Amino acid sequence: MEIAVKNLSKRFEHLTVLDRVNLQIQDKEFIGLLGPSGSGKTTLLRILAGLECADNGTVEIDGRDSNSLSLDERRIGFVFQHYALFNHMTVFQNVAFGLQVKPRQARKSNVAIAQRVRELLGLVQLQAFEDRFPAQLSGGQRQRVALARTLAIEPKVLLLDEPFGALDAKVRVELRRSLREIHDTAGLTTVFVTHDREEALDLADRVAIMNHGIIEQVGTPVEVYDAPKSPFVFDFLGHTNSIDCVVRDGKAYLGKSQLGLEEVVRDGPAVAFVRPHDVLLARADRAQTNTGTRLPGTALVRFISALGQRAVAELLYERRLIEAELTRQTLQELGLQVGSKCTISLRHARVYARHEAEEQTRVAERAAVRPRKRRRFRDRLSTLR
Amino acid sequence: MARAKTSRVVPGQGLPLSESRGVRATLIAIAVVFFIFFLLLPLIVVFAEALRRGLHAYWTGLGDPETLAAIRLTVLTAILVVPINTVFGIAAAWAITKFSFAGKNLLITLIDVPFSVSPVIGGMVFVLLFGLPGVLGPWLAAHDIKIIFAVPGVIIATLFVTLPFVARELIPLMQKQGTDQEEAAIMLGANGLQTFLRITLPNIKWGLLYGVLLCNGRAIGEFGAVAVVSGHIMGLTNTMPLHVEVLYNDFNFVGAFAVASLLVMMAFATLVLKTVLESRTASSSPSLP
Repeated sequence: MEIAVKNLSKRFEHLTVLDRVNLQIQDKEFIGLLGPSGSGKTTLLRILAGLECADNGTVEIDGRDSNSLSLDERRIGFVFQHYALFNHMTVFQNVAFGLQVKPRQARKSNVAIAQRVRELLGLVQLQAFEDRFPAQLSGGQRQRVALARTLAIEPKVLLLDEPFGALDAKVRVELRRSLREIHDTAGLTTVFVTHDREEALDLADRVAIMNHGIIEQVGTPVEVYDAPKSPFVFDFLGHTNSIDCVVRDGKAYLGKSQLGLEEVVRDGPAVAFVRPHDVLLARADRAQTNTGTRLPGTALVRFISALGQRAVAELLYERRLIEAELTRQTLQELGLQVGSKCTISLRHARVYARHEAEEQTRVAERAAVRPRKRRRFRDRLSTLR
Repeated sequence: MARAKTSRVVPGQGLPLSESRGVRATLIAIAVVFFIFFLLLPLIVVFAEALRRGLHAYWTGLGDPETLAAIRLTVLTAILVVPINTVFGIAAAWAITKFSFAGKNLLITLIDVPFSVSPVIGGMVFVLLFGLPGVLGPWLAAHDIKIIFAVPGVIIATLFVTLPFVARELIPLMQKQGTDQEEAAIMLGANGLQTFLRITLPNIKWGLLYGVLLCNGRAIGEFGAVAVVSGHIMGLTNTMPLHVEVLYNDFNFVGAFAVASLLVMMAFATLVLKTVLESRTASSSPSLP
């Protein structure tokens, strides 16, 4: 089913949760709503489900206003964040619920219902657990019961609120795969809410990045990662080094070096955002062979942490910390150690006007979802200043 | 104290008890004496007095037509009041916890009024409302409807006093449960009635039974409010607690204590059921993250 969100606004008391949101969802598409907590993503999902009413704007399903459609016509399945399983019912009864509450003429026989329930339990690999109560299941199993229960009503649209939020990392990845499989085989249109960028980029056909009640950018995972339209999107999608620079005549300068400018910014103070893996290192005593823009002068290696195949080096450059990510092999070849000097080149830097960038990163920092490591890095940065 | 404080570790608890044996003995003695004098002795006295002239006198006392009428009235009151307040309590708790509307806080406060005012005031209010000199009195009299000093008054006063029990029990429980499961049921296609019967009610059943039990206990035992509106008409508007007072004032001690012993036994039954329910309530709410 196609879903068109048009000019949707929602306020709670004096707080604007959604501000004229527009979003077009294609049939059979898998969309991730990604954003920090408080960005309005769950409210948007609940309005799509009909659990919440918008103050303004419409949701159209296959071209018809969703308010005019009955629940049966909408065919929307919703998986709640904490699953909302019926604790007093067994797994079997939970899954059968949606089939048993149908009006008498539409209801299947008990035998047919039992058969369908077992089919669904097979799909989520919980056949052996049909007599258990939700309290006797693990988090991942509960999540699968919630999914099976929702699929029982044969929805056309599947909405999931932080579907993997409460699960540990390994289970999360497994369930992601099986959700994607179910989406593909059942021909669903799926919208899910998450604050985990990896999850969104891994799973979704398209990602809508939300912040403060607006959608900042919609695009495929590659599009939004490679060409973030705003500093917020850049910062939210991954580790970020921000380097102050100046734009003159439409070109960004850091000292005398010109940075590869990928966004037209008005002249004035600006910030270049660059990912750690786009920070390239070379030994100070050797000729520069890297592509990218070389920064003048040298940097001091302050800290190196090796995580499996990757290594992260913290560099002190012009009194600020820059994080570089490289493979362990490169690190060895360069022979860099704590205390060595090196030169830095930047690849794929994106430049934003400084006032805009500062505003956005403040917002991003307030969000409680930032990786801890990154925060530590920023803390050090601020103590240095 | 001469003896130094001895720290003792109680096996299985691991906490050092710092009080000396003397202090502990004194505290325990006070508690036991208190318990005997204020809880146990009165109960024993009730049964001792009731059976002082033997079992035969006890049965005769209970078999008195006016006593039987009082028992009937009390049972009738409970049978009418408990279901009405149960329905009201569920409706109020459902509205308060599952929806948000204007005047919600006012409603929560109003539900507590019968708890916070003296029952005598509760009775007085109805006399002033339905009594002959009251607001609706002349109209009621003109239509030959008797409420005050009649059975309807007794029932209304009991309704008022026992109104908060079910709602008070359910509101915190339903608040804790939230609306997730109801929303899930609606999304799965259940209508309002199905959601209530199949999701909400099973989730609150033990709390509900507990509230009903407390409501029943109070409906049977209420004295103050009922005393004001009933008029103590023997065989007509006397409930059991009122009848106890009348018999006692008539120096019919055996009769008075016989009825009292019945009330005590009803209270005991309530307590036992309550304890059973409490353990069920505790075990039937599995913890979910």
